[in-house]
Amino acid sequence: MPKTISEKILADHAGKPEVSPDELVEVRIDFAHGNDITAPLAIEAFRRAGAKKVFDRERISLVPDHFVPNKDIASAIQARMLADFAKEFDLPYYFEVGRMGVEHALLPEQGLVLPGDVAIGADSHTCTYGALGAFATGVGSTDLAAAMITGRLWFKVPQSMKFIFKGKLRPWVGGKDMILYTIGKIGVDGARYRAMEFTGELIESLSMTDRFSMCNMAIEAGAKVGIITPDSITQEYVSARAKRPYKFYSSDPDASYEAVYEWDLSDLEPVVAMPHSPQNVKQVTEIPKTPIDQVVIGSCTNGRLEDLRLAAQVMKGRKVARGVRCIVIPATQRIYLEAMEEGLLEIFIEAEAAVSTPTCGPCLGGHMGILAPGETAVATTNRNFVGRMGHVDSKVYLSNPAVAAASAILGRIAHPEEVLS
Amino acid sequence: MKIKGKTWKFANDVDTDAIIAARYLNTTDAKELAAHCMEDIDPEFASRVRPGDIIAAGKNFGCGSSREHAPIAIKGAGISCVVAQSFARIFYRNSFNMGLPILECPEGADRIQTGDELEIDLDSGVIQNITRKETYRAQAIAPFMQKLIKAGGLIEYVREQTGL
Repeated sequence: MPKTISEKILADHAGKPEVSPDELVEVRIDFAHGNDITAPLAIEAFRRAGAKKVFDRERISLVPDHFVPNKDIASAIQARMLADFAKEFDLPYYFEVGRMGVEHALLPEQGLVLPGDVAIGADSHTCTYGALGAFATGVGSTDLAAAMITGRLWFKVPQSMKFIFKGKLRPWVGGKDMILYTIGKIGVDGARYRAMEFTGELIESLSMTDRFSMCNMAIEAGAKVGIITPDSITQEYVSARAKRPYKFYSSDPDASYEAVYEWDLSDLEPVVAMPHSPQNVKQVTEIPKTPIDQVVIGSCTNGRLEDLRLAAQVMKGRKVARGVRCIVIPATQRIYLEAMEEGLLEIFIEAEAAVSTPTCGPCLGGHMGILAPGETAVATTNRNFVGRMGHVDSKVYLSNPAVAAASAILGRIAHPEEVLS
Repeated sequence: MKIKGKTWKFANDVDTDAIIAARYLNTTDAKELAAHCMEDIDPEFASRVRPGDIIAAGKNFGCGSSREHAPIAIKGAGISCVVAQSFARIFYRNSFNMGLPILECPEGADRIQTGDELEIDLDSGVIQNITRKETYRAQAIAPFMQKLIKAGGLIEYVREQTGL
């Protein structure tokens, strides 16, 4: 039977010739990770199970990134649990502050998650690695504990949905706009339990940065995975950094899909997701001039070097508007260093933006940029639920990095061309 | 196993930030998490909910993050069961893994309102709405999920399987 990329990866990891949608399979896990919010519960479950060892110390990563550098004593205690567990089991891929990054930027960068993997993480945005052609999905802490012990987990084989992107993107439109457009079309549960497969000429020409942004937000449509067939762009990204062998899978041309969407995005302007849902999508040109109080450029969605370059292009030689706080967060230490070497950080600082060490912090209302009642933010992050970045009466608009930068300069939601013209 | 309780009704797409906001995720204590359960959509919920109460909701309940703190907060608040039109997948998995009974029942989720008294038979999936004198049938729980429940959750299942 013709199969999709997701079905082929799951079949190989289940040790079966083939698997079909809705079948329950137990699969081998190539990589498992947790963070400072989810790993403490996983470690407690690991102990409760009476486990004395992990299944493979080189296939587990612990990344304190949400509330670090530790924001308070309670958070410090949680982060300490990760450090202690990593020491006890001699885990080589525990990343301390100073070496860490936002997990979904860091693990691909370090060559730890790879094409063809089944990767799980106790974080919903684990689906980011689908950009590499991996079957990667977020799970809870108890699942992470089970995976750390046994190296295996149960999954229901998802139905696949195919999204074909055609045309040529306009300037300042990228992967973030493509995924927001998609969520706007199908809704926050439009791909619930499904594998979203992104294909078409637009995907083939997309950089890894944009591919990561797209797959990152598959969960915002309810999907189990977002996945892109690996190609020469993937190969170039992976070959220099892979820590172990990897395998490229692809869907058979006549594989069966629950739904197929085909869109020509040639006319698409940059989009924003309005409060309080990622499906509440409008083109920037369609929305009223909305004053803002804060801009956040970073996160597992848009904190990569290319994202920072876009923001810097808009901000170069300009100042953040009075009354606006702009916070730029390179997603990993390496990205931070590269942004410094390229002079991007200088551009941000001269524009009077704050540049932070890597952290998830403000995205989830943790720290490093919490909103007061009545405040409005433009963020390159992935969720704009009620209270997500702070007070229940604050608002978040999601956008790409260029729109966020333009909004910071003009003090209202803006198209980059309004700044540059 | 039968559950009887009063219902709290919520809308579609209740996200995990609404169930338990990230600002409270610097603890794993069920009681502390329960004290802030649903705070951003119903600030009075945590103080008014009673042990054994039931949550009913629309589609995609528990969407958003993978935080297991969400089912922990709900369970910690004394909620005995969640009945929804549909669940987000990570929340669904987490609930079974840590022993919070949840049922998909589009028909019931539509009809049930706050304050309704329900009697739920978890084995058969039959939901009696005592207040409205109606009966709904929830979707059957997959055999593997039933194995998890019988074992007492994923960790206990893993112990059985690995002989730990």
